[in-house]
Amino acid sequence: MAKPKLALYWAASCGGCEIAVLDIHEKILDVAAAFDIVFWPCAMDFKYQDVRAMEDKSIDLCLFNGSIRNSEAAEIAHMLRAKSKVVVAFGSCALEGGIPGLANLTTKEDILRVVYKDTPSTVTQNGGVYPQTHSKMKEGSIEIPELWETVKSLDQVIDVEYYVPGCPPQPEQIWAVIEHVISGRPLPPKGSILGATDKTCCDECPRDRKEKKIKQFYRPFEIQTDPNECLLDQGMVCMGPATRSGCGALCTKANMPCRGCYGPPPHIVDQGAKMVSALASVIDSTEPEEIERILDQIADPMGTFYRFSLAHSILRRVEKV
Amino acid sequence: MVTINIDGRTVEVPEDTTILKAADQAGVWIPTMCHSEYFEPYGVCRLCSVEVVRGKRSRIVTACNYPIRNGMTIHTNSERVKWLRKVIMEMLISRWPNVKVVKDLAERLGIEKSRFTSLERDESENACILCGMCVNMCNDVVKANVLGFAHTGIERKVVRPFDEKTDQCIVCGSCAHVCPTGHIKMVLEDYRGKKSEFTLGPKTPIYVPTLQAVPRVPVIDAESCIHFQTGGCENCAKVCEPNAINYKMEDEIVEIDVGQVLITTGFDLFDASPMAQYGYGRLDNVYSSLEFESILNSTGPTGGNIVMKNGKEPRAVGIIHCIGSRDTNHHAYCSRVCCMYALKFAHLVRDRTDAAIYQFYIDMRAFGKGYEEFYNRLLDEGVTMIRGKAAEIVEGAWNENGDPSLKIRCEDTLIGKFREIPVDMVVLCNAMEPRKDSDAIRRLFSISKSPDGFFLERHPKLDPTSTATEGVFIAGCSQGPKDIPDTVAQASSAAARILSLISKGEVEIEPVRAMVQDEYCSGCKICNNMCPYGAIEFIEEKKISHVNEALCKGCGTCVAACPSGAMTGNGFTDEQILAELEGLML
Amino acid sequence: MAFEPRIIGFLCNWCSYTGADLAGVSRIKSAPNVRILRTMCSGRVDPAFILKAFQLGADGVIVMGCHLGDCHYQEGNYKTIRRLPFLKRLVKDFGIDPRRLRLEWVSASEGDKFAKIVNEMTEEIRQLGPLKLTVHREIERAIAQP
Ligand code: SF4
Ligand code: SF4
Ligand code: SF4
Ligand code: SF4
Ligand code: FES
Ligand code: FES
Repeated sequence: MAKPKLALYWAASCGGCEIAVLDIHEKILDVAAAFDIVFWPCAMDFKYQDVRAMEDKSIDLCLFNGSIRNSEAAEIAHMLRAKSKVVVAFGSCALEGGIPGLANLTTKEDILRVVYKDTPSTVTQNGGVYPQTHSKMKEGSIEIPELWETVKSLDQVIDVEYYVPGCPPQPEQIWAVIEHVISGRPLPPKGSILGATDKTCCDECPRDRKEKKIKQFYRPFEIQTDPNECLLDQGMVCMGPATRSGCGALCTKANMPCRGCYGPPPHIVDQGAKMVSALASVIDSTEPEEIERILDQIADPMGTFYRFSLAHSILRRVEKV
Repeated sequence: MVTINIDGRTVEVPEDTTILKAADQAGVWIPTMCHSEYFEPYGVCRLCSVEVVRGKRSRIVTACNYPIRNGMTIHTNSERVKWLRKVIMEMLISRWPNVKVVKDLAERLGIEKSRFTSLERDESENACILCGMCVNMCNDVVKANVLGFAHTGIERKVVRPFDEKTDQCIVCGSCAHVCPTGHIKMVLEDYRGKKSEFTLGPKTPIYVPTLQAVPRVPVIDAESCIHFQTGGCENCAKVCEPNAINYKMEDEIVEIDVGQVLITTGFDLFDASPMAQYGYGRLDNVYSSLEFESILNSTGPTGGNIVMKNGKEPRAVGIIHCIGSRDTNHHAYCSRVCCMYALKFAHLVRDRTDAAIYQFYIDMRAFGKGYEEFYNRLLDEGVTMIRGKAAEIVEGAWNENGDPSLKIRCEDTLIGKFREIPVDMVVLCNAMEPRKDSDAIRRLFSISKSPDGFFLERHPKLDPTSTATEGVFIAGCSQGPKDIPDTVAQASSAAARILSLISKGEVEIEPVRAMVQDEYCSGCKICNNMCPYGAIEFIEEKKISHVNEALCKGCGTCVAACPSGAMTGNGFTDEQILAELEGLML
Repeated sequence: MAFEPRIIGFLCNWCSYTGADLAGVSRIKSAPNVRILRTMCSGRVDPAFILKAFQLGADGVIVMGCHLGDCHYQEGNYKTIRRLPFLKRLVKDFGIDPRRLRLEWVSASEGDKFAKIVNEMTEEIRQLGPLKLTVHREIERAIAQP
């Protein structure tokens, strides 16, 4: 019997997810043994045409990481969708836009301007040039992918079977998912989140917590935190309560507040709004002016509450004003 | 008991008494002047002098303060005593020939004129005879320690500290009360804000609030009671045989567990003084409806006599309706009871006086059972009805003789004429308004108010006694102005509602409750201090939160706070609300 | 066709909903633009509902609750006075004019106030014009080509 076919692809992502796959260490050999890897541009030399030539639904499992930021990623996403039986949005970027999704805070125009014109290290001629999708020159014409105005999560572009959250997903969680597929056990219902639990980060966090009452918020450099007490109790904006558990509370164990990479827990439609609600609820004041003063202490609310989930949040992006 | 001999009679008297008291018991009169049962004997006038015989020796003592001893022999009328009394009385008459107590006493003792001529002769009828009663009263009884004697000999006199007006005086009037000559008088003047006004409050510091009071026992008005100002007096306790008076009683807060509450906090009377045109509080003989009720009350300050401040019967009385009611500057609503009590007032004024009566009304609302009939009867009693709200009350003259009175200026809308009607007394029919502190009560029970400020019923027609809060009922004027029959009806209905719940033994609560879905709760403790009812507890063993459903009232605050989606609210889940939203936005 | 603002009103059951009811039974005229969603307390209003309303095409959102100190559940609206200002900051960061989100206290007796606020807000949103968000277009596109 032929081995099941596996494809891995990275769209707009940092590459951490690919490394995370390698982080399963020697088990990668089991993966190689169990699967016929048909596409993994990061690790092996495949061409798009090879995949295009394959029959529809001939790939058994496709682990897709990265968000959709330009026309190329979208094209490959659609292609892999057609060729794969099971597509997994792998990692926070694919799941909810991730860090690249923060581009939705601004506009394509602004990004291009900063990168191609305003950065001090850029030496411009004729006021700077933006990359063009089509360029003609004497050698012929070239075409590069078009940068999108709005970053999207994978499921906003194609239909997705499963999700594996994490920035990056934790190796043991990756192995658990792969092992499940290898074992041939029945697959969970479509739309399931794999490699994570239904509770939140606080569930795995070893810190002691109290009933919350916050009078003052601190940024990490402003406070020497107690290593045993809940960071939120100490006034750090920890996204743990509104973040799906699965990572083992890595960040809080390293004395940093959870940044929310595992995305919202089930039933939460908008991680940022929910965190706003929860934090506002425990602010210890009933005086409007004092409340405003306390809110002023929260630096970069958008970047804090929507660090990973902006592209997949209710409003998805900031409107140009 | 000890045995003594007074004027040849042997009598048994209690020990520990004075000769004066013993003589009194034996029916023997001894003249006194500086003595009062209110305070300890003072012994300065020496009029009570008697002769006490012991063996062969006899001596003169003052009866008012000389203690009884067993076997004592006392002569109250011996020659020696008579001679002494005569000298004292003659000296008194020579100085104060016209003071009534002195004259009466002299007459009783058969002394007609004095052999002496006093350098300080004072012809006044109200002269101070230096008996010291006022000083003793003020110092021993009242304990205000204002009065005292200054100087000696013929210059001796009763003074206040430094002989000046003093704040130490509590204006109790006890000195004036005991002064036997009327030398001390209470003068009504605007002094330290104590207004010289006819007030309709209790007449004494200890009083039975009304004859209808339940329980019908006296209460002490701590603001005017001497004891509460100086620690003295306690006269009421001295005379109270069952020993029922306890000045140490304090307000207590008693906590009672109840399952249901009926709020019947009533109304406040609209204060008409801001409506300067009616002169309430400024003009004499302009009364609010409740003040007039108290004048009408047979146990009230005037004993039910309808009199003016000067004690005379009014020649005409004006009754003005709708003061503060049906008036967009104050209360837009109709107070519902005024028309009828105004008619009652008119009826009683007609009954008790010969005064002419004018009713100034906007609309006559005689809507209840028998009310219209009463109105018709009043018309036959000769009450003048003027349709039009009085515009102003001014001081005016009754007639050309300048007899002072009031004038009510109004427009009589039925004849389309401006009129000025002279009256002696005006009764304002003040609006009923919500109690000043009703907002505090409202918050205590989480109930609402209607636009008029009265407590809001759950439904104006179908559920007029219950409120938005389970187990809290309202009745009477706390819910809105109403008369006695309506109040009784509403209160009975509320009582019946409460009884039915009591007999059932259990209360049904709304099914809207919060609930923690254990499988999603990670024990972040965000929700734990959300709940005003303390319904959310943290279960240490499971490290998750739990809602006590009996305590939860279903506000959903914790549901909105829970960042894990673990907390969910029956009837108002996220899914339901989001679906509703989608429906609304179609 | 002239622009008719669509406004979502989250009204607490005890004060504001009753107040709106009173406006109705008192026959006070008010703009029909506010679509009312009843919650037991303003404290139940999750900021996500408000964002969702904007996503679904609301041009404005108004949250109404009991006056401070009057909340039927004593303190619910004290949570609201922290959540709404916080969310307002976020709404502004999202590029939505914060005037499109309002918090008002309307008691059961303030039918007239309810009507006044509704009229005012409708007028204000009418001036601001329809709310057009990228997400609206994207959802439309997704519906058009599944
Ligand atoms: S530190 Fe963060 S993750 Fe840990 S308990 Fe506190 S809020 Fe939860
Ligand atoms: S603690 Fe939070 S940010 Fe850190 S890895 Fe876990 S989910 Fe991601
Ligand atoms: S807020 Fe939610 S997750 Fe946190 S303890 Fe309460 S119910 Fe559990
Ligand atoms: S819904 Fe309200 S009453 Fe019920 S547990 Fe939550 S906070 Fe308490
Ligand atoms: S009565 Fe005894 S001395 Fe005056
Ligand atoms: S019940 Fe109205 S705001 Fe809480």
